Amino acid sequence: MAGDTDTGERAAHGSARLSAELRGFREVQRLAYECAETVAAQLRPGVTEREAARMQREWLRERGVRDWFHLPFAWFGDRTAFTGFRIPLQFFPTNRKLEPGMPFILDMAPVYRGYAADIGYSGSLGLNPVQDRLMSDLRPHRALILEQVRERRPLREIYENVERLMTRQGYANRHRAYPFGVIAHKIDRVKERRWSPTAFGFGTQSLKGLASDALHGHREGWSPLWSPYHFSDHPPQPGLWAVEPHLGFRGTGAKFEEILVVTDSRDPEESAFWLDDDLPHVRRWTEEKAA
Amino acid sequence: MSGMSGTALAGARERRVSTGGIELCVVELGDPERPTVLLVHGYPDSKEVWSEVAEQLAARFHVVLYDVRGHGRSSAPVPLRGGFTLEKLTDDFLAVADAVSPDRPVHLVGHDWGSVQGWEFATVARTEGRIASFTSMSGPSLDHFGHWIKKRMTRPTPRRAAQLLNQGAKSWYVGMLHTPVLPELAWRGPLGKRWPRILARLEEVPAGSAYPTASLPSDAAHGAWLYRDNVRPRLRRPRADAYAHVPVQLITPTGDAFLSERLYDELERWAPELVRRTLPAKHWIPRTRPDQVAAWISEFVTTREEPTAKAPQQKAPGKYADRFSGQLVLVTGAASGIGRATAFAFAEAGARVVAVDRDGEGAARTAEMARLVGAADAWGECVDVSDEQAMEKLAAKVAAEYGIVDVLVNNAGIGLSGPFLETSSEDWKKVLDVNLWGVVHGCRIFGKQMAERGQGGHIVNTASAAAYLPSRTLPAYSTSKAAVLMLSECLRAELASKSIGVSAICPGIVNTNITATSRFAGVDAAEEKRRQERSSRLYGLRNFPPEKVADAILLAVVKNRAVVPVTPESKGALWMSRFMPNTLRRIARLEPRL
Repeated sequence: MAGDTDTGERAAHGSARLSAELRGFREVQRLAYECAETVAAQLRPGVTEREAARMQREWLRERGVRDWFHLPFAWFGDRTAFTGFRIPLQFFPTNRKLEPGMPFILDMAPVYRGYAADIGYSGSLGLNPVQDRLMSDLRPHRALILEQVRERRPLREIYENVERLMTRQGYANRHRAYPFGVIAHKIDRVKERRWSPTAFGFGTQSLKGLASDALHGHREGWSPLWSPYHFSDHPPQPGLWAVEPHLGFRGTGAKFEEILVVTDSRDPEESAFWLDDDLPHVRRWTEEKAA
Repeated sequence: MSGMSGTALAGARERRVSTGGIELCVVELGDPERPTVLLVHGYPDSKEVWSEVAEQLAARFHVVLYDVRGHGRSSAPVPLRGGFTLEKLTDDFLAVADAVSPDRPVHLVGHDWGSVQGWEFATVARTEGRIASFTSMSGPSLDHFGHWIKKRMTRPTPRRAAQLLNQGAKSWYVGMLHTPVLPELAWRGPLGKRWPRILARLEEVPAGSAYPTASLPSDAAHGAWLYRDNVRPRLRRPRADAYAHVPVQLITPTGDAFLSERLYDELERWAPELVRRTLPAKHWIPRTRPDQVAAWISEFVTTREEPTAKAPQQKAPGKYADRFSGQLVLVTGAASGIGRATAFAFAEAGARVVAVDRDGEGAARTAEMARLVGAADAWGECVDVSDEQAMEKLAAKVAAEYGIVDVLVNNAGIGLSGPFLETSSEDWKKVLDVNLWGVVHGCRIFGKQMAERGQGGHIVNTASAAAYLPSRTLPAYSTSKAAVLMLSECLRAELASKSIGVSAICPGIVNTNITATSRFAGVDAAEEKRRQERSSRLYGLRNFPPEKVADAILLAVVKNRAVVPVTPESKGALWMSRFMPNTLRRIARLEPRL
C-alpha cells in the first residue's frame, strides 16, 4: 500500500512515474463512470435495485475488476434520499422496482489493477425536475469543497460549511446517513490478491487499508473518515479522498462522488485538485453554463 | 328565452324546458360559448342555493341551473307519488342538457339530492357522452349506499357495525320523511317558517334575503317524494353496475350532520377516475364555502377541458392534497427551518404558498422550490413581521393579488438566551417584537380578513416547548413563547364561532438555524459565537428534522388541534408541567453548560 504523503509528493512534483499512479486512479474512476452511464441507459421500468446492482457488478467484472472497495449499490425512488434509514443494512439493494420519473443513484467502488475508485451517479428514469434541480445545485458544493481544502481549513469545519450551504439551499444533508456521517473517506491502492473476499459489501483488502489508516491517523491526530465529529477536526490530510456530498429534498436525493487529490504542496493550485474534470456531472454543469 | 330574472341570480337568462308534462325553470349565466357547468340543487332547496357559486363560475364558464321538478318555479308532477323516480329525473337532466348545450357534454355539479341524482346520471348508460365531469357534494349514490349497507350488514365486524350505527343515527330524518302527510304539514306549517333560523343556527348558513326562497315550504313538501320514491327500492336492490363513466370529484365536508365520511370508503371501486377533496364545514357548503367550492369546480372543469393543463392531483401527490389543494397558505419565517419545511409540506399538498421572511432571497428560494414539489403557485415576500406597517401592506397586496389566506402560519421567531439579570431591555424588545408582536400582527391583520370573508380558515402559531418549560437560560424567549401559546388559546375561543381554527405548535429541540442566529445575553461577541456554534452542534446531534414539525403542523390544521407538542422532550415537558410541575421547577434551576 502506498504511503499517503508519498502520493502527495508525487502529484506535486509530477514526475512521470508517479503521475502514472494518478493516471491509474483516473482510469478506474472513468471506468466506473462509464459503467454507471451504461447501466443507467439500460434501466427500464420494472428493473429492481438488485438487478441494477448486478448489472454494474457484471459489467465491471467483464472488464477485469476483481476486487471492490465496496460492492455496487443502487437506490431508487425515496431511497435516494435514504428516507427512513436507521441501520446500515438498509443501504443494500432491495427489490424496489423502478418507475417512470423515479430518481435513482448508482454507487460503486471497483478496484482495477490495484487502483480503487468510489463514484456516485444520480439520474432519473425520464424527467424528474426535482432531481434535475438538485444536480444543478450540487455544483457550488464541488467548488466550495475544493476552495476550502486549498485553504487548509479543518475538515470538520468544511463539513459544517457544506451542510450550511445545503441548508441555505433548502436541502437536507443526506451524507449524514452514511456510516459515521461521512462526506468523504480516504481511498488508496489495494494489493491484488488471488482471492478477494468482501464483508458486509466492503472489500476486505480495502477495509484493511482503511483500518490501518485509521490506526496511523489515530496516533498522528487525523482520520481517514471526513465526518462532522471531533476526530475530523484537523486540516486535510494529503492523499486521495472520495468526496460524496449528498443532497436530499423531500424524498428525492442526488449526489456525486469522485476523487479529490490532496497534496502537501504550498502552491494552492497544486495543494488540492479534483482528479478528473471530465465526468458526467461536471460536463452537465458546463453545458448548463453554456446554455 | 326571456331576459327576466325573478331570482337572486343577477343577470341570469331564464327559459323554460318542457319534458314529460313538466315545465322546468332553467336559468343561464355567462358566455354560452364556454364549457357548460350544470348545477343541480338538493333538498329542501331550489336553484338559488347556488347563487354565490354560480356568480363566481359565470366569469369563466357557461353556468346553467334549474329547479328540480316540484321545486322552485318548475312545475310538479301529478300525481306526486311515482313522479320523482331517478329515471324521470334523468329525463329532466337530459332535456335540460340538450336545450342548453346540444353539441357538447356538460360538467355536472350536484349538492345533496342534486348529487344523488348526479350519481345516477353519471352511472346510467343513456347519459354517456352527455357528461364531461361530475362534482359530487354531500350526496352519495343510492346504489353505492345500498351496497355499503349490505356489506356491513352481512359481515358486521365491530368497526363496520359502528359505521352502520353512526350513519343510521345521522339518517334519522329519512325515516320521518317516509311517514305520510306529517312532513308536508310540518313544512307548510311551523318548520317551514323556522327553517331559515334553524339553518343559520345549526348549519351556520349566513342568513340572507334571497335564500332560502319563499317557495321553501312547497319545495320541501314536494321533495319528500324524492325519498319516498327512491330510497327504499334502491337501498333494497342497489344496481350492480353503478360505475361512473365520467371523472368524478368528490367534495366531502367533514362536519356533515347527515352523512358520514365513511360512506365514501372504497368509492374508487365505483368511480375509477376519482379526485377527493375535503373541507372542514357543515352540510351546506354552497352557502358556507362558496369560494372554495367554486375554485375546486373551476380547477376540475379546466383540467378536463384542457388535458394539456397540469393535472393537479398528479402534480401534488402529498398527504392531505385532498384538503389543501389550491388553498392559499401564508408562512412567515419561511426562508429557513420549520417555516421553510412547512411551506414545502403545504406545497406538496398542492396549496398556493406565500413564503414570507425578512431574508427576501431565502423566501424567494423557498417559493421557487415549493413550485417544484407541487405548489399550485408560490411567491416569496420580503417582510419583517415585527413591522406593523409592512405587514399591513403585505396583507393588502396578498388580498389583492392572490386572495384571502386560508391557512396562516405565524412561524417567524428568533432566539435569545442568557440570565434575566443580564438581559438588556433592548434584547427584550427585539425578541418580543418578532416572537410576540409578529404573531399579533399576523393574527390581527390576516385573521381579520379571514373573519370578514366568513368562510373559515386556520391560524397556526409556532410557540415552543419553552412556553411551558421554565428554565434559567431562556427567560425572555420562554416568556415570548408562553405569550404566543396563551394568545393562541384565547384566539381559538374567539374565532371558533367564525369557523376559524387556531393551533399552537410547541416544538422541542429541532435542528434549524435558530441556534446559529440566537443572541446570547451577558457574554462578549467571541463567547457568543462559540456558544452559537456549540448549540448548533448539539442541536445537530439531536438532529430532529424540521420536516417532522411541518408534518405536525399540517395534521394540526386537518384535525384542528389546539396545542401540539412536537418531539418527545416537548411532549414529556407538557406532561410534566401538568402532573409534576415541581420537578420541572427543580430542573429549571440547573445551569446547562454550553
